[in-house]
Amino acid sequence: MNILDYTATELSEKIKQGEIKVTEAVEAVFERIGIKEEELHCYITLEKDKALARAEQVQRKIDSGELTGPLAGVPFAIKDNLCTEGTLTTCASKILENFVPTYSAEAVRLLEQAGVVILGKTNMDEFAMGSTTETSYYGVTKNPHNTAHVPGGSSGGSAAAVAAGECFAALGSDTGGSIRQPASYCGVVGMKPTYGTVSRYGLIAYGSSLDQIGPLTKDVRDCATILETIASHDSKDSTSMEREGTDFTSALVEDVKGMRIGIPRDYFGEGIDGEVKDKVLNAAKRLEAMGAVVEEFDLSLVEYAIPTYYTIAAAEASSNLERFDGIKYGYRVPGVEDLHPMYKRTRSEGFGPEVKRRIMLGSFVLSSGYYDAYYLKALKVKALIKKAFDEAFARYDCILGPVAPTTAPELGKSLADPIKMYLGDIYTIAVNLAGLPGISIPCGTDSKGLPIGLQLIGDCFQEKKLIQAAYTYEQGGM
Amino acid sequence: MAKEYETVIGLEVHVELATKTKIFCGCSTAFGGAPNTHTCPVCTGMPGTLPVLNKQVVEYAIGVGLATNCTITQYCKFDRKNYFYPDNPQNYQISQLYLPICRNGYVEIEVPEGSKKIGIHEIHMEEDAGKLIHDDWEGCSLVDYNRSGVPLIEIVSEPDMRSAEEVIAYLEKLRMIIQYLGASDCKLQEGSMRADVNLSVREVGAKEFGTRTEMKNLNSFRSIARAIEGERARQIDLIESGEAVIQETRRWDDGKEASYAMRSKEDAQDYRYFPDPDLPPVSISDEWLERIRGSQPEFREEKRKRYKETFDIPDYDIDIITDSKHMADIFEATVALGAQPKKVSNWLMVETLRILKERELDPEDIQFSPKHLAALIDLTDKKVINSTVAKEVFEVMFAEDIDPESYVEEKGLKTVNDEGALRKTVEQVIADNPQSVEDYHNGKEKAIGFLVGQTMKAMQGKADPASVNRLLKELL
Repeated sequence: MNILDYTATELSEKIKQGEIKVTEAVEAVFERIGIKEEELHCYITLEKDKALARAEQVQRKIDSGELTGPLAGVPFAIKDNLCTEGTLTTCASKILENFVPTYSAEAVRLLEQAGVVILGKTNMDEFAMGSTTETSYYGVTKNPHNTAHVPGGSSGGSAAAVAAGECFAALGSDTGGSIRQPASYCGVVGMKPTYGTVSRYGLIAYGSSLDQIGPLTKDVRDCATILETIASHDSKDSTSMEREGTDFTSALVEDVKGMRIGIPRDYFGEGIDGEVKDKVLNAAKRLEAMGAVVEEFDLSLVEYAIPTYYTIAAAEASSNLERFDGIKYGYRVPGVEDLHPMYKRTRSEGFGPEVKRRIMLGSFVLSSGYYDAYYLKALKVKALIKKAFDEAFARYDCILGPVAPTTAPELGKSLADPIKMYLGDIYTIAVNLAGLPGISIPCGTDSKGLPIGLQLIGDCFQEKKLIQAAYTYEQGGM
Repeated sequence: MAKEYETVIGLEVHVELATKTKIFCGCSTAFGGAPNTHTCPVCTGMPGTLPVLNKQVVEYAIGVGLATNCTITQYCKFDRKNYFYPDNPQNYQISQLYLPICRNGYVEIEVPEGSKKIGIHEIHMEEDAGKLIHDDWEGCSLVDYNRSGVPLIEIVSEPDMRSAEEVIAYLEKLRMIIQYLGASDCKLQEGSMRADVNLSVREVGAKEFGTRTEMKNLNSFRSIARAIEGERARQIDLIESGEAVIQETRRWDDGKEASYAMRSKEDAQDYRYFPDPDLPPVSISDEWLERIRGSQPEFREEKRKRYKETFDIPDYDIDIITDSKHMADIFEATVALGAQPKKVSNWLMVETLRILKERELDPEDIQFSPKHLAALIDLTDKKVINSTVAKEVFEVMFAEDIDPESYVEEKGLKTVNDEGALRKTVEQVIADNPQSVEDYHNGKEKAIGFLVGQTMKAMQGKADPASVNRLLKELL
């Protein structure tokens, strides 16, 4: 069996049993990268020498019995909006073209502590703003299943790298679907946990009240294992929560008998592709056949999720991105003497069009005279959306639906019509607004061979129900 | 007939809190570090970093709020104030707009007609900015983020003050309360207390307020008083000459004794305030609030009352000593070590105040320890040293906080109690000064003073003046 065919946890097991060396695994991945990367462009930064040196260090710790965990020795990819000490961290933006953090994100630190080997930093939409990875300053990433198509976004590099075997697992971040949607487009597993489960320390913020870090993996076991490793109550992040139920791997149980699954009719109405709809509803039928109780219901307010999301996320982004000003780090336009012209030209040249669009939108909704009409109203709608989900979870263990209305679009077809692109987020963003956990797992392909994702949404802190349902489906599904 | 005008003043007072660490990170708030040494990724606005609230800041803010009769907002929030400037590393300042921690309070000040309440509109918590240093030599500007993230509270008064005197009285009252709480040392010169003055004038009897201006850069009570007088006159001149007062921010130049416009209302920035999503709302439980209420210190009024009941010292002394929490602390600690209250009070009222005045220091600058003051009093009580020597020792103690006992020992300043030696010296002085002796016998009582002086000089000041007097009278 080819090393690259193992899942992350299988590989770690083989390494601990002495059958595979960590360096062998890392070499195997770099061999694959050598073949695929030029075409796919999953990574912004690759650090082969560092990875190989790290592999030997990890191997020694495994040999000495210091590292025994389920992720020891796993070659890993990190989305480029997560700070990595000593390694370029660009957010796929020109404005951070030379930024090397002196600290690592807490999630990255926890993974390294668990013995993973970081290979490099993956491509993404600039500052995680986009659904295709086409807004990256460093070029597009292609879908490994069909290189004429996008991998999705914003964690497109991470999803494509996992799908193409250019890593065994990856971290992404999800503000409005940025893990789940590329996972769906690339046919891998992706999960956004409950807001507050993974520390945001070191994640370069887009929409602070919506951002969560999560895994992109080959299967549900890897997903649960990684999430269990990176979930923590971190004193460096005031929004990280002290919570229970983070023993996610305990939910890797094949059993959905009696599990109540709700299917929102609203998610299968206008705009959804027929093939996507069929495959997702088939998945629901399979779960029903395995013993779940499946029924349709009306989840209200779905149509308000998009304007609400783009108001709140843009408002927060407009403030979060103020620190990129050419003064302290990152790109500074050369040869401009006065302060304000320097600010203006640095930011005009440093940010791409989609980022500028959201900064302008966000600045507008926060401006004097408009705050109440837009931002404050959006916060109220957000609370109502949460309430609608609360009502649903009084009746269901989880909600089942599509991840995106279509499979991956062709390259170059999305950015010209941003509103249409935003509408593609309809099934994922309400989950972020309500702070809920959501998982995307593959449930087939369309006639062109492009993957389709099934989304399961849980109540706050109920990741284990999602993992159990996803695992059961994965084991007996397809 | 000339019109009479009334000045209407409201104050925005920034106070730097005396926490050991910054408001949102663990960096030191200490003054005087080399540039950018008291910094970390959080207070320099590095990407991906997050603020974590220092609880002590909330406790100090609540303490000040309770002491100024405010309602405490038990569910309060932080908001971001967005503006671009290099001293502000995130380009937004974390402050409070929508739900400030304290509201609707007041303090009472003494005015010629009695006492007057000055309303406090709100108190909010926020972070200080860094400092820009303009290097004219290199033609560039540098930023020092050591002060970035130092906690501040801003106390916003109602427009209740009518004169510079009332403003000063209000500021002194705030300063006293905050110093008693230990929440800040409130030094205007060093910027740990800063006041912006909002001022308008109107005809006496008018109901509506006039257009106000805001004055910044006022770093002493003197400049505040001058700026108020100057701005009042400027506004009256404008009105009398038929011009309008423009709502604007003005900067006071103490050297020129004039203010000039910084920016008008038209240039006012839109700060795009919104709740900071990185900081959950601060929920102040009843228990927490009660615990802070229970640990509020004894304020000046209560202290004065207790001193009157406990210590046999004049009311005048009590007023002066309790005027400064630090001085009162020294007084109490010294008395607790066994020194007689009146003697402690004398050292504070006479020598201490004299030196403070000479060196233009505040009572907060007193460095000597109560232990050493008590020892000094003990040395004089036991006549180990005389009062002249004691004053010399005190000067050194004030400057260096030396231990008076070992100092007296080392320098050989002890009073000579050897009766034989003293008698010998007195005899010698009498022999050397026949003129004075004759004057004395002729009824010139003053002459004995000269002889005492000569004896003390011969004894290098180390004699007990009473013994010298007694011996002189005996031998003459």
